Amino acid sequence: MATDLNARADEPRAADPIGEINKYDFRVDERFVFKARKGLDAQIVAEISEMKREPPWMREFRLRALDVFLSKPMPRWGGAINVNFDDIYYYLKPVDHQATSWDDVPEEIKTTFDKLGIPDAEKKYLAGVKAQYESEVVYGSLKEDLSRQGVIFTDTDSAVREYPDLVREHFGTIIPPTDNKFAALNSAVWSGGSFIYVPPGVKVEFPLQAYFRINAANMGQFERTLIIVDEGAQMHYVEGCTAPMYSTESLHSAVVEVIAKRGSRVRYTTIQNWANNIYNLVTKRAVAYGDSLVEWVDGNLGSRLTMKYPAIYLIEPGARGEVLSVAFASAGQHQDAGAKAVHAAPHTSSRIVSKSISKNGGRSSYRGLVKINKGAAKSKANVVCDALILDDRSRSDTYPYIEIEEQDVAIGHEASVSRIGEEQLFYLCSRGLSEPEAAAMIVSGFVEPLVKELPMEYAVEMNRLIQLQMEGTVG
Amino acid sequence: MIDRTPETLRIVNLHVSVAGKEILRGVSLEIRRGEIHALMGPNGSGKTTLGLAVMGHPGYEATAGQVLLDDVNLLELEPHERARAGVFMAFQRPVTIPGVKMADFLRHAVSNVRNPNRKEGEELLPMREFRKELTEQMKALRIDAEFARRYVNDGFSGGEMKRAEILQLAMLRPRFAILDETDSGLDVDAVRLASQSIAQIGGHEMGILIITHHEQLLEHNQPHFTHVMLGGRIVETGGPELARELHKRGYDRLRADYPDAAAVEREMMAVGPKPAVG
Repeated sequence: MATDLNARADEPRAADPIGEINKYDFRVDERFVFKARKGLDAQIVAEISEMKREPPWMREFRLRALDVFLSKPMPRWGGAINVNFDDIYYYLKPVDHQATSWDDVPEEIKTTFDKLGIPDAEKKYLAGVKAQYESEVVYGSLKEDLSRQGVIFTDTDSAVREYPDLVREHFGTIIPPTDNKFAALNSAVWSGGSFIYVPPGVKVEFPLQAYFRINAANMGQFERTLIIVDEGAQMHYVEGCTAPMYSTESLHSAVVEVIAKRGSRVRYTTIQNWANNIYNLVTKRAVAYGDSLVEWVDGNLGSRLTMKYPAIYLIEPGARGEVLSVAFASAGQHQDAGAKAVHAAPHTSSRIVSKSISKNGGRSSYRGLVKINKGAAKSKANVVCDALILDDRSRSDTYPYIEIEEQDVAIGHEASVSRIGEEQLFYLCSRGLSEPEAAAMIVSGFVEPLVKELPMEYAVEMNRLIQLQMEGTVG
Repeated sequence: MIDRTPETLRIVNLHVSVAGKEILRGVSLEIRRGEIHALMGPNGSGKTTLGLAVMGHPGYEATAGQVLLDDVNLLELEPHERARAGVFMAFQRPVTIPGVKMADFLRHAVSNVRNPNRKEGEELLPMREFRKELTEQMKALRIDAEFARRYVNDGFSGGEMKRAEILQLAMLRPRFAILDETDSGLDVDAVRLASQSIAQIGGHEMGILIITHHEQLLEHNQPHFTHVMLGGRIVETGGPELARELHKRGYDRLRADYPDAAAVEREMMAVGPKPAVG
């Protein structure tokens, strides 16, 4: 199959007014072994289930979820979702089976992931990798010592077949299809995503990474991730997401469920850099048991509209949760992002730090909920949201919701909106930095609290992405 | 851009307004490379304004006059171009840049100043080379190594800020430097160290304009010329003896000798304090 990968990725293009064209914007010819027809109905859902040779319970789960999806209205808050659900391909299977060696991955797909640096990263610093292309995971690996210790890292489809009891016990329990319209949609047509189980006491030292790539136009990607970290275990999961730019909209709607058992530590890091035509409507939720720590680290770049509010339910004493997020909204983009912390047990604590940058008419919103249930005494919650607006055409809003049903708690909330200060720019320029360089430096300083939490390689990448977004901002 | 080492910084009849209010009313001053000039004068007389106008602060509008680096009119250049041409100002109150590490900031600054035609995104000074030089300079200034990893002026004490400014001076090695009260907020020992450092960095290569109220900073930087500013003008220029006289006796003799400038000073003070910048 022909590929114009190299040409497209490496040649600088003449016009790049909003800095959106970058190394992620390349595409290869579409390939598939099966592509469902456009649109969504019970037949398509049944077809997906059949393709995946699923047990009846999952097929029933999907069909029930489809009914929920069809019956729920579109959300009346957040951003404008202009998706024609009939004009989307819900399932596109690119290969026959998953490879365990990159040599067995079809050439143009392998080249894609090479360009994204995945095999390279895998060699250097990852404990395991899943690479999802369109609807399916096309490559998977896990370091041998981890599988010997009982760690499971596979795609969720395989998990349904290979670990039916473990999956059935937890699947859809944290985010039921009825939670929201897009969780229902995902539940009906989900495909791919990661399934992770870390046995009690096992500490996975290096990150496990999944990479989600959309290549085809009018594609819907609906991965489903379920992570169970057992008592006293530790795990860091990293996901990256990109897609080429098309003139028509695509949809990415994932569901991520995380279960952190007693005394465990789970960190879930996302760096997404979707093309600007992607609707990114994702539901992410973790349940934290006693003395566990759950951290969401979330970098949102790109997409037409992102609506994503990673949540932590603190359900036993001593559970802690942190959400650290950065959103960057440029021309034609709306980042409606935030976090949720629900304190359902005493002596629980949460910290939410949200930073947003708006430029070139972009819009970013912080939308967050802190809820402290009756009886969750001695709980602590702290929210800090800072917005940086780079010009007069851009916009930032804050929608903080706080519901407190308990007296004996400590709650903090700070919010700030700022512009790049003339004094800061002048100071840097007086040291020889051009104004765009100075502005980019101020912005990278603004997101530093998130970037410093990333493993070094991702920090470098995140900084590079921010620089790309900043190009042509000032002057 | 300037290809050869500039020899003189010449300020000619410079008038500067801030928010429509005239602060400098015709300042002329010539500094040659290797010379040290002290600029003194009461608060609000326009010393900081002169520095910020030379550096190109957007809030300081030059309404008349010239600032010439040899034959290049700096007033037509952007602040970053002035820096790359070899002009530097150590600020009295440097701003904080949260999240930006001193080392990153300095590496960008040094890369631009040493390669004036550098565009954003182009190569920076090689890390190893830069690190080595930074470490040496920090050692010479008795600055803790950890300083390089701290965010620019974030949570710095007054003394640390001033030392950071001197470190920038040392790393950027400008041809002409304006040091705006680089001694304020420092204790006696720190001022002595600052004075020695400036003398070492400056050597005979740099033209330096030192704005100060105190004699001590001049200890190791004996001024060739002392200028006194009053009411937005330089009213008197002398040698080191003038600096000594002002330290001892204050500015009342000058107010008496230059009643017009003293009247301007009273008028400016009545309108309000100087703008809080720099």
